[in-house]
Amino acid sequence: MEDLDDPIDGAHGRWVRLARARGESVPFTIDGIPVRGHAGQMLIAAILAVRPDFGCLPPDRRSRAGFCLIGLCQDCWVRLADGRRVRACTTPLEAGMAVRLDPSDESW
Amino acid sequence: MSSDPLVVIVGAGPAGMAAARTLVEGGLRPLVLEKGPTPGGRLWQRPATVDFERRLPGHDPDRAERGVSDFLGIVDRIDWYPGTTVLDATRDRLWALGSDGVIDQTPWDALLVATGALDRVVPLPGWTLAGVYTLGGAQAALKVHGCAVGRRVAFLGTGPLLWLAAAQHLAAGAEVALVADTSHRLGALPALPDLLSDPQRLALGLACFRIVRRAGVPIRLGVRAAIVEGNETVRAISVESRGGRRHFTCDAVAMGFGLVPQTQLLDLLDVPFDLVPTSGLWLPRTDRSGRTPVPRVYAAGDGARVLGGDAARLSGERAALAILEDLGRPTDPERVARLERELARQERFARGLARAFPFPAELEARTDDDTVVCRCEGVTAGAIASAVRTFGRHDVNAVKALTRCGMGRCQGRLCGPAAARIAARAAGVPLGEAGRLRAQPPIEPLPARARCMVTEPNG
Ligand code: FES
Repeated sequence: MEDLDDPIDGAHGRWVRLARARGESVPFTIDGIPVRGHAGQMLIAAILAVRPDFGCLPPDRRSRAGFCLIGLCQDCWVRLADGRRVRACTTPLEAGMAVRLDPSDESW
Repeated sequence: MSSDPLVVIVGAGPAGMAAARTLVEGGLRPLVLEKGPTPGGRLWQRPATVDFERRLPGHDPDRAERGVSDFLGIVDRIDWYPGTTVLDATRDRLWALGSDGVIDQTPWDALLVATGALDRVVPLPGWTLAGVYTLGGAQAALKVHGCAVGRRVAFLGTGPLLWLAAAQHLAAGAEVALVADTSHRLGALPALPDLLSDPQRLALGLACFRIVRRAGVPIRLGVRAAIVEGNETVRAISVESRGGRRHFTCDAVAMGFGLVPQTQLLDLLDVPFDLVPTSGLWLPRTDRSGRTPVPRVYAAGDGARVLGGDAARLSGERAALAILEDLGRPTDPERVARLERELARQERFARGLARAFPFPAELEARTDDDTVVCRCEGVTAGAIASAVRTFGRHDVNAVKALTRCGMGRCQGRLCGPAAARIAARAAGVPLGEAGRLRAQPPIEPLPARARCMVTEPNG
């Protein structure tokens, strides 16, 4: 089915889709790996459909996967390859976004 | 340029949208600032970009759509700024970060704060593991994204949202591992007369309870302790109630113990706060009309007093009428009276809810020493208690300075109430003496690349 989110090889998504997404399927990347999400959905949903978490982030390096989902707890900041840092639960997915989760990536 | 007074509304949820419409009808052109990309707030959050096969209880996408499109129908008669985060406020100005990344200021003559509420959390062992979400968060994932936050979700907390969120997940086809409520079934009985003031909402609540029971989901009432288990990610939850302690396998937990109004702006504007002894929360002083003791500052919706979505809409309308009244504009006294009657009914219902689902103060007070209280800075309950004992200070702002609890990116929105309770307990003083975390500008994190258009500070 075209509206199913495709997990990345070897990884699995955290969230489980229960309803059909209306937005068209658009490509984006996570640490350079091409994946797809639905236009208009928030970045956090697109990431967690294919990944279990955002990796381990400072200050305490615990693994994070968002918490409030309404833009208040600030637990979901992710970095984009263009240098922007965005709050994944309030930032709509755009085609071609390049998300960087791996802190060992030299762009950190 | 008209010389009409400038009314600024912060927040375009049900309260802010109703207020904007009322002000437009009253002949004004309000300026509306909304943090999200679209109007609707948490209740009518958009984009509603998913289609469910079955109707979810208490979720009416058509009504949400109507509410939002009603508002969008008047955007040419207001100044509408979505994607705008308010950072600071003084008695005559607001500073905000726009969707263009520019910080700008606006003067205001009357200010309506309708900033909504956030789930209240109780720090529990394991609550910072990936896979634990607020109830509101789990609900947003479901309603907005059409996703469950895990393959098997456990629901923990108390209040109508606990049962609503669980029932909505079941109706959507999610697997629910457990519904654990800290309240007792018997607690609901004395609340019944007040709850009968809104039979429709009471019926929805009972329907949700039935959905959970019929689905055969394990239910625990009167929960006294809970631990989220796992290493990095949620693997199980164990809860203790009268029937003993039991583990439930799950990979996600949705938790919430009522709601906390987001009052940072009102705080910056020097609106006084009062401690509500039953909930242990400090709430801004407002009356039914939405007026605060600070002239020209108004508050509406769950951001002032948590009364629910219908009341938010009514209180937004009522506050807008108060603004018009105070500006010497004509208003219809009968409309005012009708709104206040309706609001009184909603207040009564809220009193019933508070009785049926009391905040589990004991659970919060007994947070064990190793449990993280402040998830931003990783500060434990033990660190708070030992700072209180070592330095002899129990004011929660002093605790913040000593431990960094509440100093992180969420600015104590999540940990503030629990930190105060733990500090008061460690010092052996009544909760009120720990005070409340003061809001500090900017009240939201802002990117270093934000450009500032303000040329004369405090000008
Ligand atoms: S999950 Fe809380 S701010 Fe994004």
